[in-house]
Amino acid sequence: MPKGGRLDTSAVCALGLALMFGLPYLLDTYGIVEFTVFVVMAILSLSLGFIWGYGGILSFGQSAFFGLGGYAYAVAAMNASDSTLPFLAAIVVPTLFAGLLGYFMFYGRISDTYLGVITLTVTVILFNVFNSTAGDAYHIGNAPLGGFNGMPSVPPLNIPGMPDRQLGPDELWYVAAGFLILVYAGLKFLLRSHFGRMVVAIRENESRAALLGYDTRRYKLLVFMIGGGIAGLAGCLFTNWGGFISPTVFSLATSAQIIIWVMVGGLSTLIGPIIGCIAIQYLVSSIGAQQVFNANLVLGTILLVFVLLVPQGVIPALLALAQRLRLPWPARDLGPRTAMDAES
Amino acid sequence: MSDTPPLLETQGLTMRFGGVTAVNKVNFRLGEVELRCLIGPNGAGKSTFFKMLTGQLRPSDGVVRFRGNPITNSDTHTIARLGVGIKTQVPSVFDGLSVRENVWIAASRVRSPKRAKELTDTLIEQLALTGIVDSVVGRLSHGQRQWVEIGMVLAGEPELILLDEPAAGMTSEEVSRTAELIRTINRTQAIIVVEHDMQFIRMIAKRVTVFHQGQILIEDTVERVLSNETVRDVYLGKRKTH
Repeated sequence: MPKGGRLDTSAVCALGLALMFGLPYLLDTYGIVEFTVFVVMAILSLSLGFIWGYGGILSFGQSAFFGLGGYAYAVAAMNASDSTLPFLAAIVVPTLFAGLLGYFMFYGRISDTYLGVITLTVTVILFNVFNSTAGDAYHIGNAPLGGFNGMPSVPPLNIPGMPDRQLGPDELWYVAAGFLILVYAGLKFLLRSHFGRMVVAIRENESRAALLGYDTRRYKLLVFMIGGGIAGLAGCLFTNWGGFISPTVFSLATSAQIIIWVMVGGLSTLIGPIIGCIAIQYLVSSIGAQQVFNANLVLGTILLVFVLLVPQGVIPALLALAQRLRLPWPARDLGPRTAMDAES
Repeated sequence: MSDTPPLLETQGLTMRFGGVTAVNKVNFRLGEVELRCLIGPNGAGKSTFFKMLTGQLRPSDGVVRFRGNPITNSDTHTIARLGVGIKTQVPSVFDGLSVRENVWIAASRVRSPKRAKELTDTLIEQLALTGIVDSVVGRLSHGQRQWVEIGMVLAGEPELILLDEPAAGMTSEEVSRTAELIRTINRTQAIIVVEHDMQFIRMIAKRVTVFHQGQILIEDTVERVLSNETVRDVYLGKRKTH
């Protein structure tokens, strides 16, 4: 098998680490806090980039796992003194939920269209369920769910085993950026394995994979669960970022945003969804600060422009351009590569 | 010896699509390491028959047995694991991947990475795909894609190989290469070939089964079948006027 993609993973990780340690010197605390949420959302974007771009599963409900992760952390953190278990719960709960949902979808052999409809519906149901948990009757242990108002004052993460040593906003930056790099590198590693190559092969031709003796449902289910777990991790960090979670995480706007990030950044790359997410959030927050244009108007325009002019997304378009101009970097080996390794 | 079940057996196999009966009560037997040709006009039910054998379609009625084990309602991948490989009519390959990756994926299902790589290399050489080994399969010609697909099927080392129109769209040189390959494979593995090309059938066939309107019309040696009046009528649609 050919080794390495066109964007070297270790180069991307090195750049990521440089930004992780460099940005605190360039930005004030406000800037770092703002970038922290960009990075948290980039993890969420990456989760969809993985299951959609590589697994071929277009989930309209990635925000469901994001929200479940956030709520799982909030509920568990209010009931525990140490944040280690709540952190794990934020990953495990959405993973299991994705497993249950995915089992019915993939083993029930429903079509891709209905998969979209079901994931969307589940998100709407979760939104309504959490929305209607206002009042004292709805609590899990010491944690009131709070209905539409959400759950304020969620205890922040602490250093594992040291409940008194809670993380401040500056430290959360390192945690979030570190996890983004870790998830990126982990997914790259996974995609190079036999499992990862099968995931891509199944996206390319599911019936052929089955005719070769591969149980494609199992692969898709695992991809879906991994995506759910990563989205849950993002949800946990998001709750930590604001110390707060509310049912709006389950809103359709959140789900739609993730899809836009991935599309703009570039489907079937891993770096694309990260860059698309951070760039769009940065743009929207800059526009919001200026109060000149309506942010949603700009977002809609971006989406239209991309769908019409750059349908493959920013990163694939740039890589193709670099290849055409014969730039030595990032297209280091210039020959056309296959779907398996032309990605970063 | 006599109580050994046949490699493949169907009893009363039937597939109905709404009001249309595509395959009607087919009783079919194939022995170990047998080579059988399946012919019949378009719409005779040959491809539907193949799809039922591989679990891509669930039969409306009847049973399929592989070495005596019922596989009628088994999943596609389960049947493949028992040792049934198929080359479909329209090449079904991984278009975005290279020739090597395609064959490697098929070879690596049950093998260690090292053995999968060895088998991949062997097959690529055997099928003369060496020159295009790193090409993306989606950009290859129809004939080349067929060879890649045959390579993938062989990489699974199935006991029974189903070939749906392996000679379609090939040049006469490629056709004779395909015939040669089929004879080689048949030394160790059973094969069912669906084909329209009578020239090709003559090159490889021993026994021929003729499908017509979803039923088996006749099953005999290639000489007898090809000289059979009814078969000619079926194929030409009507009796030739001399």
